[in-house]
Amino acid sequence: MSAPEIISTSDTPRETFVLNVGPQHPATHGVLRLKLTMEGEYVVRAEPICGYIHRMHEKMGENRTWAQFLPNTGRIDYLSAMTYNHAYVAAVERAAKIEVPLRAEYIRVITSELNRISSHLVWFGAFLLDLGGFTPLLYAFDDREQILDILEAVSGSRLTYCYYRFGGVCNDVDADFVRGCRNFVARMRPRLKMYKTLVTDNIILRKRLEGIGFINSEMCRKYGATGPVIRGAGVAYDVRKIEPYSIYRDFDFDIPTFPDGDCMARYLVRMEEMAQSLRIIEQAIGRFPDGPTLTHGVPRMLKPPAGDYCFAVEAARGRLLVRIVSDHREIPYRVRLRTPCFSNLSLFEEASAGMILPDALAELGSLDLVIPDIDR
Amino acid sequence: MSLSELLYMLVYVVGVMAFVGLNAAYLVLAERKGAGRFQRRPGPTEVGYAGWLQPIADGVKLLCKQLIVPTGADATVFRLAPLLVLIPSMMCLAVISFSETLYGRNINVGLVFVFAFGAINVMAIMLSGWASRNKYAIISAARVVSQDVAYEIPMLLVVITLLMVTGTMNLREIVDQQAGWFWHWNLFRLDVNPLMPVTFIIFFTCMLAETNRSPFDMAEAESELVAGAFTEYAGMGFGVFFMAEYANIVVGSAMATVLFLGGWQSPFGIGSGVIWFLLKMYAVVFTVIWVRWTFPRTQFYNLLNLSWKILIPLSLFTLVLTAVMMKVLRA
Repeated sequence: MSAPEIISTSDTPRETFVLNVGPQHPATHGVLRLKLTMEGEYVVRAEPICGYIHRMHEKMGENRTWAQFLPNTGRIDYLSAMTYNHAYVAAVERAAKIEVPLRAEYIRVITSELNRISSHLVWFGAFLLDLGGFTPLLYAFDDREQILDILEAVSGSRLTYCYYRFGGVCNDVDADFVRGCRNFVARMRPRLKMYKTLVTDNIILRKRLEGIGFINSEMCRKYGATGPVIRGAGVAYDVRKIEPYSIYRDFDFDIPTFPDGDCMARYLVRMEEMAQSLRIIEQAIGRFPDGPTLTHGVPRMLKPPAGDYCFAVEAARGRLLVRIVSDHREIPYRVRLRTPCFSNLSLFEEASAGMILPDALAELGSLDLVIPDIDR
Repeated sequence: MSLSELLYMLVYVVGVMAFVGLNAAYLVLAERKGAGRFQRRPGPTEVGYAGWLQPIADGVKLLCKQLIVPTGADATVFRLAPLLVLIPSMMCLAVISFSETLYGRNINVGLVFVFAFGAINVMAIMLSGWASRNKYAIISAARVVSQDVAYEIPMLLVVITLLMVTGTMNLREIVDQQAGWFWHWNLFRLDVNPLMPVTFIIFFTCMLAETNRSPFDMAEAESELVAGAFTEYAGMGFGVFFMAEYANIVVGSAMATVLFLGGWQSPFGIGSGVIWFLLKMYAVVFTVIWVRWTFPRTQFYNLLNLSWKILIPLSLFTLVLTAVMMKVLRA
C-alpha cells in the first residue's frame, strides 16, 4: 500500500475548481489562506496568500527606540519568542559592542532551549490534530505547561516573552528555576519514550507520513528553507553548529538529520531535537556559573555606531536572521527580519503539486508554520 | 391486528425513539466524558451534577438556532437528508430484540432488514453533501459513497459467513442458538471456523467505517473538510445528523452483540436478560469511542486499500473456510 501515483500537473485541458483553505480553516492554524486549484481530490496548484495578519513589525522597528522594539520580537513567532529575543538582542549587542556576562549566556541558552521544546510540543500536538488524532495535543500541552511555569517564574510571561536585555537578561534566576529545569529534564525523557511508543510507532501514523510530501535538499536550497525542513531532507544545517553563537560551542549535542525528505523525516527530526535540547539544558544546568546577569553601563538611550549588522540564530522553525542598520541615532534606520516560516512556506506550492488533499495538508502541518512569522 | 397489539406497537415505537434520542444525547456526554478521561481532563462538569444535564442544554441550544438553507442549495433535499439518516437507524432497532420479551417485530428476514436499512445512510449523507452546494461537502459526499460501498462488501461477506453458521436470518433465532455458556457465542464458534475472532474484527472495522467513525471519519475529516457533508447544516439539522451518528453506532453495536456476542444470553448460561444485551452493546460502543480518541485518521486511499486488498480477500477466505469446515463436519 503506497501513496497513489502523483498525477502530472502539466497536461492541459482539465476540469479544475478552486478550493479555499483558510483564512478560517482548521488545517491552517491561523489566518493563512491557501488557494488550492483542485482536480477532484488532487491538488494541481497551491497558492499561499499571505498578509491577513501583517503587522508591519519591520516598519515598527524604524519608529521606536532600540529597546522599545524588544517586545515586538516576542510577537513574531509567538511560539519561540525567546530565540527571537535572542536574535535581536544579540544583533544590537554586536552593533553596540556590548559584552554579555557568562551567566546571562547560560540563562539565554537554557531558556531558548526550553522554548524550543515547548514550541516543538505545540507543533507535535497541532500536527497530530491535523492528522485527526486529538489526544496527543493535550498530552503535549501538559508537558508544555511545565515549561511555561518555569519560564513564567523568571520572565513574567507565559508566551510572548521579553526576557533578554542588551547585555544580559532582565532577571536573575533562582534555585527554583534550576530545580525546575532538572525536574523537567527528568520528566521529559520518559515522556518522549511514551510519545514514541504511543504515537510514532502507530501504524496509521506511519502510513500517513512515510513516503508522503517529499522535499529534497535541492528544493530547500532553492527556496531557502531551513530548520527541521532542511534537516529532514538530510542536510545537517543548524545555525548553532554552522555559525555557533552565544555559548553553543561549549555544549555537546547532535544535529539530527533524516535523509528521506518525507513528512516522517521532518517529524522525527523535531522529536529528536527535543531530546537534544534536553541534553543541552542538562549540561548547562550542570555547570551553571555564578556572576552578574546584566552588563552595567548600557545606556538607556542606546546609539549604536553607524553601520549594518546581522545576527542569525537557530529558531525552532529554522534560521532567523535579524539585520539592523544604524545611523547612530536613538531609533534604528532599518530592521530587517529574515524569518524561517516565510521561506518554508514558499516551497509548499512546488512540493504539494499533484498531491491528494489530506496528504497536502499533512505536508503543510509538517512544515510547522506560524502565520505571524510569515506575515510579521 | 387487535387493539392491544396496536397499542404495544405504538408504545414500542415511542420507546425506540426515546431510546435513540436518549442514547444520542447521553452517548455524546459519555464520549465527551470519556475523551476527557483519555486526555487528562474532566470533560463537561458545569451543567447539572457533574455535567449530567449537558446534553439537554446542548439540545435546547440546537433547537433554538435558526435553520439556515444556503443560497442556491436544493432546499427540499437539504432538509430531507438529516431525516433520511436518522429514520432508517430507528427502523433497524425495531427488529432487534433486546431480550426474550422486549422486541418490536419478530420477522424472519431481520438480518436482511437491518442491512438494507443501514445502507440508506450512504445515500442520505451523499444527498446532504450534494444539496449543500459546498465544495467541502461534495468532496465529503464522494468520499462517503466510495468508502461505504467498499466496506459494505466485507461486512456482508462476514454476515453471509454467519448466516451459514446459523442457518437463519431471524435475529431472535440467531440469539437463541447462542444460549448457554459463552463458548456458545458465535464469536467463539471455532469448531465451524477457527478464524471466527478475525471475522468479528473485520465486522467491527467495517462497522467503524460504515458509521464514519474515526479512524475512518472521512466524511467529517474536520482538519481537511471543515465538517464535511455537514458543513452547511445549522441548528437541529446538524443535531439530527449528530443523533443519527450515535444511533448508527448503537445499531452497529447491537448487531455485533446479536451476531457475535450472544445477544441477551448470559455468559454463564443462567440469568439471561436485557441487562446482558445492554452490557455487551455498551462495551462495544465504548470500544468505538476508545478507538476514536486513540488513533489518528487514515488516508483515504489507504482506507480503500484496506478494504479491497485486505478485508475483502480475508472475509472471502473465512467464508470459504467456514463452508468447507461445515461440509467436512457434517459429512
